[in-house]
Amino acid sequence: MIQEFKKIWKQYAITMLWLLGILWPLLGIHPDGTLSFRQTFTVWSYILAGTFICFIFYIINKSDNFKLLTEPIANTSQKLNNSLQSMPSWIWKSALLFGAVIYPIATGRYATDVAINVLLYVSLGLGLYVVVGLAGMLDLGHIAFYGVGAYTYAILNVKYGMGFWVCFPFAGLSACIAGCIVGYPTLKMRGDYLAIVTLGFGEIVRIILNNWMSLTNGPNGILGVKSIGILRPVMENGFTFEMFWVTKLELFYYFALGLAILTIIAVTRLGSSRIGRAWESIREDETAAELMGVNTFYYKLLAYAMGAIFAGFAGALFAARMRFVSPESFTFLESVMLLCMVVLGGMNSIPGIILGVIALIALPEVFRGLESYRMLVFGSTMVIMMLFRPSGLIAAKRKKMMETKQPEERG
Amino acid sequence: MSDNTTSNNPTEPILELKGVYSGYGSIKALRDVSLKVYPGEIVAIIGANGAGKSTTLMTICGIVPLEKGDIIYNGKSTKRIAPEKLPPLGLCQVPEGRRIFPRLTVEENLILGAFYRDDKPEIKKDIDHVYSLFPVLGERNRQKGGTLSGGEQQMLAIGRALMTKPKVLLLDEPSLGLAPLIIHQIFEIISDINKNQGTTILLVEQNANLALQAATRGYVLETGEITLEDKASSLLHNPEIRKAYLGE
Repeated sequence: MIQEFKKIWKQYAITMLWLLGILWPLLGIHPDGTLSFRQTFTVWSYILAGTFICFIFYIINKSDNFKLLTEPIANTSQKLNNSLQSMPSWIWKSALLFGAVIYPIATGRYATDVAINVLLYVSLGLGLYVVVGLAGMLDLGHIAFYGVGAYTYAILNVKYGMGFWVCFPFAGLSACIAGCIVGYPTLKMRGDYLAIVTLGFGEIVRIILNNWMSLTNGPNGILGVKSIGILRPVMENGFTFEMFWVTKLELFYYFALGLAILTIIAVTRLGSSRIGRAWESIREDETAAELMGVNTFYYKLLAYAMGAIFAGFAGALFAARMRFVSPESFTFLESVMLLCMVVLGGMNSIPGIILGVIALIALPEVFRGLESYRMLVFGSTMVIMMLFRPSGLIAAKRKKMMETKQPEERG
Repeated sequence: MSDNTTSNNPTEPILELKGVYSGYGSIKALRDVSLKVYPGEIVAIIGANGAGKSTTLMTICGIVPLEKGDIIYNGKSTKRIAPEKLPPLGLCQVPEGRRIFPRLTVEENLILGAFYRDDKPEIKKDIDHVYSLFPVLGERNRQKGGTLSGGEQQMLAIGRALMTKPKVLLLDEPSLGLAPLIIHQIFEIISDINKNQGTTILLVEQNANLALQAATRGYVLETGEITLEDKASSLLHNPEIRKAYLGE
C-alpha cells in the first residue's frame, strides 16, 4: 500500500497545485480589478478533499485491499445468479407480469403516466432493436415511423371518423410503407452513409408534418383525436353493446402494456427464428451472408419494415393517449434518445433495452430537480458506458440454437 | 462422382467461364478469362497479388458484376441468377480472409451455412459431419467465431461452406496467414473432401507449390488474363512457373 502511494503521490500533488494555479485566475480576479484568495481556496479545498478520497480508494484498489470487500459481494451475486438460473423462467415472468398488472392500482396517476410512456418506448426501442441490434444498420430517424403511425391514426380519426381499431393496422401499415421507402434506396449503403440518410429521412418526415397544412394542420398539430373505444356489453335493456371510451389513464395503461408484451414476444420470436439468423449474419458480414445464400436485399428491407411496424403501432397508441399530435413530438432529439436507450441497455438483448428505456425515461422523472443537467448526465453516462460496458447494461447471451451431440461422445 | 445427378454428361464441364470481363468501375480486373472445371476435379488458379484471382471467384458468385462473357454452371448461364440463389444450386465459396461471423458461435456459423435448407435432422447430421472432419470445432461449438485462432477460423469457414452441400466449392486462399503445419492439415482435408464426397474444387492460391500438388489441373492468372493452362504436375515442373511462383 505504501509502495502504491509512493508511486503516484507526486503526480497527485503536482496536479492539485496546477489546479490551484488555474483556479485562481478564474475565481480570484474580479472584473473590477480586485483580487481575492478566499473563495478560490475554499473551492480548491473542497476539490482537494473529494479527490483525496478518490485517491485513497484508488490506492486501496491498486494494492488489492479491496478484495476483503468485493469478494463477498461477488460471491453472493454469483450465488444469486445461480439460484435465479435454476428457477424456472415462468416464475419470474409471471411475477413480473403480476407486478405490471397491479402497478397502476398500487401507484398514482403520475406514475401511471410515466409508465405508459415507458411502455410505448419499449415498443419503439424493440423496433429499433430489430434494425440496429439484429440487422446492424444504424438508424438515426426511427422516431419518424412513430410519427407516421401517430399521424395516420390522427388523420384517419379526425378527418374520416374512423375508430382506433380500424386505424391501428393502418398505422402499422403506413409506417411499414415508410420503412420500405427509406429502406429501399439505402440498401446499398453501409455504416456512416446509412446513418446520415436515415437522419435526413427523419427530418424530412418532421418537415412534411410541419408544412403540409391541408393534411396535418402544420405546427398547430391535430386536436381532438378520439381515444380508444371498446364495445361493452350492456345488460339493462336486453343484451346490447355500448361504445365505451378509454379515458381513464389506468385503463389506457393496460393497452400500452398489451402492445409492449406483444412486441416483446414478437421480437423475441423473430430474433430466434431463421429471419433473425439472417439479420445477424448480415450484421456480422454482409458479403459472407450473401455467399451463404442469404438474400441480403430482402432481409434488410424486412428489418426496416418490421422495425417500422412496431413504431407505427406505438405511434397510434401515442396519438390515442395524447388526443393530440404535433410535429414537436417527433424531433431528431427523440430519435437520438431512443438510440441512446437501445445502446445504453445493451444493443443485442431485449431485457437490456427494456432496462435502458426505464433508465432514460423513468429516472429523469425521479430526478426532476436536476432537470437542467439532464443532457450533461446523459452524455457522460454514454461515454462512461462505452468505456466500461460497451455491450450495454445487460449484454447479449448467446443461446444454443440446435441440439448437437457433445464432443465427448463423438470420439 | 456420387451425387452429381443434374449434369448428365460427366465429360461436360460443371463450371465454365467464357471470355469473362469484370472489374470495379473503370478498373478492369479480369480480361477475357476463360476456364473450365470438370466434375470431380481440383483446379488451381495461381497468380501474384492483384492478378485477379479473388475477383474471378467473386465474379463466379455474382458479387462482382459480370461485364462481358458468360459463366455456365451445370449447363446454365448464371447471368440471371442472383448470388443468394447459387448455394442452393450447389455453388459455394469460402471467401478470402475467411469472413466467418465473428460474434456468432461456431454452431450458429454452421447453421447459417445451411440457411437455404429446411431439413432439420439432415442439418444436424451435417453439423456432426463437419465436427468429425474438424474435431476442434466440435470442442468449441459454443465459442464465438471471432475468438478462434486463424486456422480454426479457416476450418470453420470451410465447414460453413460444406453445410450448403456444395457440388462445386470455391476456395479463396485457404492458406492465408496460417502456419505451415496448419496449412498442410487444411490441404489434406480439402483433398479429402474432394475424394470422399466427390466435391469439385476450384482453388485460388498464392502458395503455388501447395496448390499445384493438391490440384489435378492449374491455370496461371497474370494481371487479369489467363496466361497458362496445363496439368498441375506439368505446371509444377514448368521452369518458368518454378522461376516466377516457386522462387527458383
